Amino acid sequence: MSKLLSAELMANVGRRSQPRQELVARREIRKYAIATGQRQKKYLDGDEAPPMFHVALFWDVVELDQLTPDGVSIDSLLPKFPLERAMAGGLRIEYHRPIMAGDLLTATRTLTDIYEKQGSQGPLIFYEVVMEVVNEKGEPVLTEKTTRILR
Amino acid sequence: MSLSRLQTIKPGDLLPVREFKPDNVQLFFYNAALWNAHRIHFDQPYATEVEGYPGLVIAGPLLGDWLNQSVVDWVGEDGVLACIEYSNRKASYIGETLRSGGKVLAIDLDKREVELEVTIKNEADDVIAPGVAIARFHCEPKD
Repeated sequence: MSKLLSAELMANVGRRSQPRQELVARREIRKYAIATGQRQKKYLDGDEAPPMFHVALFWDVVELDQLTPDGVSIDSLLPKFPLERAMAGGLRIEYHRPIMAGDLLTATRTLTDIYEKQGSQGPLIFYEVVMEVVNEKGEPVLTEKTTRILR
Repeated sequence: MSLSRLQTIKPGDLLPVREFKPDNVQLFFYNAALWNAHRIHFDQPYATEVEGYPGLVIAGPLLGDWLNQSVVDWVGEDGVLACIEYSNRKASYIGETLRSGGKVLAIDLDKREVELEVTIKNEADDVIAPGVAIARFHCEPKD
């Protein structure tokens, strides 16, 4: 049995956020497309969102006093972990249909897993968050799985 | 009839290499588009003196975006990016020149899918963001 992962901590697996709904504005697509150096006209004109635009669309819009001193917002989906220093993580995205200007999208995030591995310099905690994005008809738009590592 | 583009793709084919030299204006725009106020991306004294980084840290998902772009720019109007998986392995900093690229790993003609390896490398040629992606080609080649 794991030393770091208590039953109380593991009880958070399966926790799900409130669905968040966002309207896709052409202006937001254009800003994202320019900032990321897109080359295709459909993205730069804001007709269609480039892949990974959803990262910006569903980033938490927090108030200034909710930021920690390093400028980070606290993810309310996550429990307090016994390790706190975040290391590089990974992302897996399945794209089901393109995001177009004017789309009304809904994202739901779920904490799907917490597990421990032994790293070369001590224990590591991994956690996974899955975000499902659907359109107004409930059709799948994309599924994103984030894996983060704490040491 | 000419061959469809999919039929001409072979394992080992290389994706075009693209060079990126993000400056602090681009990094600012990117994080503003997200509403990301993490100081390591814009506050030089904080990034270097408090966190001990050599400079302003290029945002991890921006590197991920460039991996996505390397696929959609290669596929063009002939198909779509169906799936991508990547990780941020090593940090990079404003002032560095990075390169995206990739190569074809496998082709599934029945599914019309091409499996790709994609990478972001730094000047030392370290792979700082490795990934794999699936591009799905449309049934009818577009004229």
